[in-house]
Amino acid sequence: MSDPITRPGVGAQRDSVDPAAVEEKPEGVTPSAISRLGERKKARLDALAQASADKGGVSLVRDAFRRLRRNPVAIFGAVIVGLFVLVAIFAPLLAPHDPAQRFDELTKNLTVDNIPGASSDFPLGSDPLGRDFLSRMIYGSRQTLFVGVVATLIGLGLGVLIGALAGAFGGWIDNILMRLTDVMLALPALLLAISLVAMASRSSQWTVIFAVAIVNVPIFARLLRGSMLAQRESDHVLAARALGVKQGSIVLRHMLPNAMTAVIVQATLTLSTAILEAASLSFLGLGDPDINRAEWGLMLGVDGQRYFEVRPELAYYPAVAIIVVALGFTLLGEGMREAIDPKNRR
Amino acid sequence: MSLLDVRDLSVVFQRRGERPFTAVDEVSFSVEPGQTVGLVGESGCGKSVTSLAIMGLLPRRGNKVSGQVMFDGADLLALRPDDMRDRRGRDIGMIFQDPLSSLNPVVPIGTQVAEVLERHRGMDRKAALKEARELLDAVGIPDPNRRLKEYPHQISGGMRQRALIAIALACKPRLLIADEPTTALDVTIQAQILTLLKQLVDETGTALIMITHDLGVVAGLCDTVNVLYGGKVVERAARHELFARPRHPYTHGLLNSVPRLDSPRGERLHAIRGSVADNIPWVEGCAFAPRCDNVVDACLEGTPPLEPTATGGDLRCNNPVTEEVAVP
Repeated sequence: MSDPITRPGVGAQRDSVDPAAVEEKPEGVTPSAISRLGERKKARLDALAQASADKGGVSLVRDAFRRLRRNPVAIFGAVIVGLFVLVAIFAPLLAPHDPAQRFDELTKNLTVDNIPGASSDFPLGSDPLGRDFLSRMIYGSRQTLFVGVVATLIGLGLGVLIGALAGAFGGWIDNILMRLTDVMLALPALLLAISLVAMASRSSQWTVIFAVAIVNVPIFARLLRGSMLAQRESDHVLAARALGVKQGSIVLRHMLPNAMTAVIVQATLTLSTAILEAASLSFLGLGDPDINRAEWGLMLGVDGQRYFEVRPELAYYPAVAIIVVALGFTLLGEGMREAIDPKNRR
Repeated sequence: MSLLDVRDLSVVFQRRGERPFTAVDEVSFSVEPGQTVGLVGESGCGKSVTSLAIMGLLPRRGNKVSGQVMFDGADLLALRPDDMRDRRGRDIGMIFQDPLSSLNPVVPIGTQVAEVLERHRGMDRKAALKEARELLDAVGIPDPNRRLKEYPHQISGGMRQRALIAIALACKPRLLIADEPTTALDVTIQAQILTLLKQLVDETGTALIMITHDLGVVAGLCDTVNVLYGGKVVERAARHELFARPRHPYTHGLLNSVPRLDSPRGERLHAIRGSVADNIPWVEGCAFAPRCDNVVDACLEGTPPLEPTATGGDLRCNNPVTEEVAVP
């Protein structure tokens, strides 16, 4: 008790810590321990060290991808999506016929009450105009993929822009942008999309794409704004500010990449809703007026619905195709959500 | 001239419709070049807010900062935000409490160290990464070439804190503020980090403000200690003086509540009764009075003044502890 420094017990220990004594070896083994091992063990240690050194940095993306691969449900979704994308890409090779061509052998028997069914040349039979239904289904995947992906990307881009501005700057910018998204979210998605298409002077596939994109903008914007706000309060952003990192750099390099994970998952899920929404618009006759373009929603609406009593398959095929593809994207998206969730991280 | 001279720093949090809350109340202290100064106190006493105010990192809205923070002859509080941003990281570095959350999870360690070098020392990426390698080596991170490419979640907590120290010291700041740098680490790593800090501070001549509630850290590292209570400095003394002869009943209580290896078996741990919630406002008396064993009438008649003591420190108390050694 005589030495003042030894009074607080913990402090006494700390104070006596000699820098040389705690010369640490946080990783690996001290040389003396190694020397006691046999040659073989030493070689094994070196091999292990080398292997772990070769692995290098595992980014969060790669880490998440690894977890995604272990999830059977996500794999199932990915297989569906993969097949769908392959069909869309190789449509000209897979389709037996030109989807726009009307065949004489189909049209000669064609009446309102009789649409030729499956034959060896036309495995899914004819559509009400005497075209090959299978080829139209295959080409329809291109249209569906294109509309879904482009609409999602446009929605994502605009949503990220709005969400990032609102989340990064807050204040009145945030208020104005968020009230705007409130208005859009107040209307049911499909109703909003229908009104947007109806406002266009001339409908084309781009009116459908923009309508679907705009419907999804507020969802992305809200989501990103929320995670940007969380990032703004996070310790590593405070640490970056304490290092004098510039505001723009903080937003773009520190906040946005960390806030994007939720948005990327949402984008995968949005692909499925975008496909459904685009199909709904076509089904309602608000899509592309070009009758030669094969589109599942249009096929379901015109061919399937109108001739349901004559040949119900004309409705089943596109309906099942739409459902399966939407399911594939949903399963993949859910898998990604689980893979990216930080709670599942080692 | 002192490197850092904090004069009458006050931070008042005020939200619309709520009573203003004074988190830091006319705190003054100074730091000489190469010196290590401790800010000690329990949760909520204003330690961290003081450091954030010095760095100009408090939120723009909802608070009022007054007083002066003279750094190298310039008042940091009066600087334009852009000028202050240029100084942060270059002249003043900061280390935070939680090494896991203070690193950007999606950026490799090397890039994070390089970023501050590019920002303040105008290096290109290649030179910055080379320097980053040396910095990681200097803070005792083994195999720095490999760590440069790794992400924060791949390295241990102790190594993350080392990386943060490397980042904070990258531009050789003249002042380093460490806000509870060891709280989130386990005890063996704590000792290593403190030793490292001490060694780096000695080597580079950086002044250090150590913010902590851990008296062990203070005993091992600090030259001068400021004890904060309720946002005010209640006692300031050289380290040896403080541990040998704590004058303020709060300091005395803190020292007594440290568990000791040599205390008799079965003896109960000492605690300061009550909690910070029992504080009375300083204008009505000593904020510590409701929890104080030495309370006298004068303690409830206005703020006790901070007065110099015979041993070169300062004390804010009407009835200080006089015992040479605290009751075991």
